[in-house]
Amino acid sequence: MNRKDFKIISDWIEKDSAVLDLGCGDSTLLNYLIINKNISGYGFEKDINKVQDSIKKNINVIQMDFNIGLEKYFEKNFFDYAIMTQALQENENPDHIILDMLRVAGEGIVTFPNMGFWRNRLQLGIFGRMPISNSLPNNWYDTPNIHLCTFNDFENLCKELEITIIEKKVLNTNYVSNFLLKILPNLFGEIAIYRFKKD
Amino acid sequence: MKKVFNIMDKIDNNSIGIVKSNTVEIKQSLKLDCGKTLNNFSLIYETYGRLNSKKSNAILICHALSGDHHAAGYYSAEDKKPGWWDSCIGPGKPFDTNKFFIVSLNNLGGCKGSTGPNSINKETGLEYGPDFPIVTVNDWVNSQKLLADYLEIDKWACVIGGSLGGMQALQWAISYPDKIKNSIIIAAAAKLSAQNIAFNEVARQAIITDPEFHNGRYNDFNVVPRRGLSIARMLGHITYLSDDSMRQKFGRDLREGKLNFGYDIDFQVESYLRYQAQAFVERFDANTYLLMTKALDYFDPAKEYSGDLSRAFKDTKSRFLVVSFTSDWRFSSSKSHEIVKSLIRARKNVSYSEIEANHGHDAFLMPIPEYLKVLRNFMENINE
Repeated sequence: MNRKDFKIISDWIEKDSAVLDLGCGDSTLLNYLIINKNISGYGFEKDINKVQDSIKKNINVIQMDFNIGLEKYFEKNFFDYAIMTQALQENENPDHIILDMLRVAGEGIVTFPNMGFWRNRLQLGIFGRMPISNSLPNNWYDTPNIHLCTFNDFENLCKELEITIIEKKVLNTNYVSNFLLKILPNLFGEIAIYRFKKD
Repeated sequence: MKKVFNIMDKIDNNSIGIVKSNTVEIKQSLKLDCGKTLNNFSLIYETYGRLNSKKSNAILICHALSGDHHAAGYYSAEDKKPGWWDSCIGPGKPFDTNKFFIVSLNNLGGCKGSTGPNSINKETGLEYGPDFPIVTVNDWVNSQKLLADYLEIDKWACVIGGSLGGMQALQWAISYPDKIKNSIIIAAAAKLSAQNIAFNEVARQAIITDPEFHNGRYNDFNVVPRRGLSIARMLGHITYLSDDSMRQKFGRDLREGKLNFGYDIDFQVESYLRYQAQAFVERFDANTYLLMTKALDYFDPAKEYSGDLSRAFKDTKSRFLVVSFTSDWRFSSSKSHEIVKSLIRARKNVSYSEIEANHGHDAFLMPIPEYLKVLRNFMENINE
């Protein structure tokens, strides 16, 4: 995550709204949204060190695995937004999580690395190795990413789950012209940010 | 010279040092949940650190079942052990006495100096004994409010407690939303489970059926229901530890290296339990033990909101920190989850941490680094 991602997410979020951040890390994003949009919110995080950092920032953080089923915790549409940045691919059931997000929040926002990014395709397709890049820094054997997908895969899943994609922003950690990102996002986009809701 | 050396040895820069307790006689009457009224009672307490001029840096520490007002420091250089929460209270510690003024009291009904079963009822001139009214967590909080008034503390910067102490911190936030800015609720529950009440009932039965109990009038006979109180403590102690921590501490080690084929002590764990129980009998009162377990059983702030805990939290203004421990099965993490869930539903500020620890329920008293850091980080955001 960088400030550019924060800005995009922040622009999508209404002032004074209620936000749930799943896998909130050290709560840098929540903090950013509190400062810029006066949101009230909670982060879920499993890692004790990140929980401690969040508490130090005075952010509401819950040290818990959010795969337990959010609907047990929150009523329908309790939040305005449920956000998950760079964690979708680490979940055992990304499809369940996406639906869960839309049960407890009006809108969902996710960011994830694109397996279909040209460098990843090159490493796998030509060199026959699992891709390692800025957005996928781990080896195949120690990666937390168990459900990687491409932008197209994600969009297909949304269609199957009858989820409407409201907006999409594609980013690249290196320099790539906006033109290429626009015409071939699944090839040139490294990270995408999606904003979606249930019909 | 020798004494000074001892003090220096034990009381390092992180200790609050030598402390003393104070007693206040509260002259206001206190209406109790049971319907009775206490017209006059004493509370014994200790304070650590300095109250600032705005009186805005005061913290209240609430004790658990067998705790008391002596939470930190030593009474003398000869003292073997510091107060029960010395790991957390002191200069530079999570509850930093350089920054905060910390108040710790012995609860009403206790046996360490506050009015309780062993005190003389001024109306009858006789010892209360078993006639001391059963007090609740709510009553304790009301009595603590009177202590706050006496100390001229209008608002606590934080109320903190573990186990039964956590229940008091929770009740403070509900009862006096404008008198508490933060609350830390550790290894606690919003109500006990049937299993928990069952453990308490076995402990009570052990005491009550001891032939030396004499319906709670044992002092009149100059005896103590030792067996009952020891069994109650042994049972309690087992539930405060985890299977893992007992395995690590004792395993199946034999005290004399061999089995004795008798009913006296074979295993180290038996020896430990008997020792702990004996030590407890020397320092604790049976009627107080009965009363404290009842206070635990009765606690259920959601009850008057048809069981909806989030409604009980509706008017709270405090920030909350809830902490639980992975191996605590007496007050398991699921109990803390219930508190956290209800606080979120009431849209209150809450953080929750589940600390990896194998000490069982007792973990809340242990200097576990990750735990202390959670407390420290939360405390850093509390402005004086």
